Amino acid sequence: MGIVSPGFSGRRRDSGEKLPPGQYLVTDFPVLSAGPTPRIDTGKWELSITTETGQVHRWDWAAFQALPAEEPTVDIHCVTKWSKLGTHWRAVSLDTLMADVETSAGFAVAHSYGGYTTNLPLADLMDGQAWVASGFGGEPLEAEHGGPARLLVPHLYFWKSAKWLQGITLSDHDEPGFWESLGYHNYGDPWREQRYWGD
Amino acid sequence: MSDYMDGNMLGGALGELFSMDVTSAALTCVSCGASWVIAQTRVYPHGPGMVARCPACDAVLVRLVRGPDRAWLDLRGVTCLQLAVPGQ
Amino acid sequence: MARAAVLGRLTWRVATVAALRDETATARTIVLDVPGWPGHLAGQHVDVRLTAPDGYSTERSYSIASAPAEGQADPPAVQLTVQRLADGEVSPYLTQTLAVGYPLELRGPIGGWFVWNPDGPASARPVLLVAGGSGVVPLMAMIRERAAAGSHAPFKLIYSVRDPGALLYADELARREQAGDGLQVRYVYTRTAPPGSTEPTGRINAATLTAAGWPPDQSPAVFVCGPTGFVEAVADLLVRAGHGAGAIKTERFGPSGGKP
Repeated sequence: MGIVSPGFSGRRRDSGEKLPPGQYLVTDFPVLSAGPTPRIDTGKWELSITTETGQVHRWDWAAFQALPAEEPTVDIHCVTKWSKLGTHWRAVSLDTLMADVETSAGFAVAHSYGGYTTNLPLADLMDGQAWVASGFGGEPLEAEHGGPARLLVPHLYFWKSAKWLQGITLSDHDEPGFWESLGYHNYGDPWREQRYWGD
Repeated sequence: MSDYMDGNMLGGALGELFSMDVTSAALTCVSCGASWVIAQTRVYPHGPGMVARCPACDAVLVRLVRGPDRAWLDLRGVTCLQLAVPGQ
Repeated sequence: MARAAVLGRLTWRVATVAALRDETATARTIVLDVPGWPGHLAGQHVDVRLTAPDGYSTERSYSIASAPAEGQADPPAVQLTVQRLADGEVSPYLTQTLAVGYPLELRGPIGGWFVWNPDGPASARPVLLVAGGSGVVPLMAMIRERAAAGSHAPFKLIYSVRDPGALLYADELARREQAGDGLQVRYVYTRTAPPGSTEPTGRINAATLTAAGWPPDQSPAVFVCGPTGFVEAVADLLVRAGHGAGAIKTERFGPSGGKP
């Protein structure tokens, strides 16, 4: 740790709530990115789920918007140490999207417009743990926060909640994604502080 | 316009790993063949790591993650880095 | 001490605030004592790290405003000029909380590309400096180094700000220009010009470069520093005016005007 800077406290606030270890509460919504913000026209947008056998399930924007949506309120935790509590989304559950998908795969990779990827066990996308979100705070999801639609997996560090979601590929083997292949923990549980390899 | 900086700001983080200045290191983009020095690349610093992209084609050139006691450096987006090492 | 590229991996070191000097209503120069400072080149920057008592820390980059000669003094001194951003996390601390005697952790000097060296092989070459807002800081280090080294390389500075109140180093620039030893300064006001000014307000354009810059056949070394949008627009104008892309060196600040 560096020397303490007298009188410096930064932007964070104290929280009465319990946060995962090493996290700080923020009231804004930081924008982190690894590249230019994709600008996807909903007229050209498509979400696909591809199984381990190569079967592809697709939704265009109209079909996606016609799916039953939920309004989850969740806490999100970024590996860069900021946490935001009580975030409000409009989102379609992965349980809904996966309802007609036949698979015995154990792993999933989420692909974003722009090339970003992140991997997680398929089990972590199911049973009410994950959504594809197109609305935030009562408004359509802004491009800089991942709109038109992003993955939302609040029980893992937020780098797993891929912005600008384009598709999910299911597989029998695990394939580390963009950050998982460069030092970040393959699973990423904030409550066990799984930030980096070996944590 | 996108929120990028330039490779001058990689100098501090890379300066902890290299013993000479890295911002003037020359490189060639594996994707499009354009040549740059690190200082000219488009750096997206606001993330779990730093990503330097090619100003011509936006491909990822260099990535750097800094943990408390480790650093991970990925140079797969460049053919190689050419560094000026002061002569003896 | 040779003005060479610095060897050795960078590590954090603790400096002490020796003096503070308000430059404008929202910008302040911090003079730091930096024991063991290895020296620097004009144009280089440092990373500054602030740490809260609970361990939270954050870093920002700031250009070194002082000439290398000061970094070779005893004790070595390094000056930073920091612009306060209204919604900043670090700049309010540096411009309002930091006091003389406080410690400040920094890492540097950083950068070997965006530098001007009076001893370099092209030391007599004309130089064009184009500054957007607080982007003038590293260019000021070059102007100060030119004077300290007794260089007669012809320097032209084009300095763009919103209004006269935002000018950094106004008195010093006027004094140096009046010394008549080859520094010329053109101010460009994008919103409000000084009273009595006959120049229209507005951004740097092709005519500005023609009037206040060097023609391409003089092969100037060009340094452009400021917010990303400013730097891109000016670099584009310079290339269209005939300056080779290889002669133009740029340093971008964050879109809000300060390195984030």
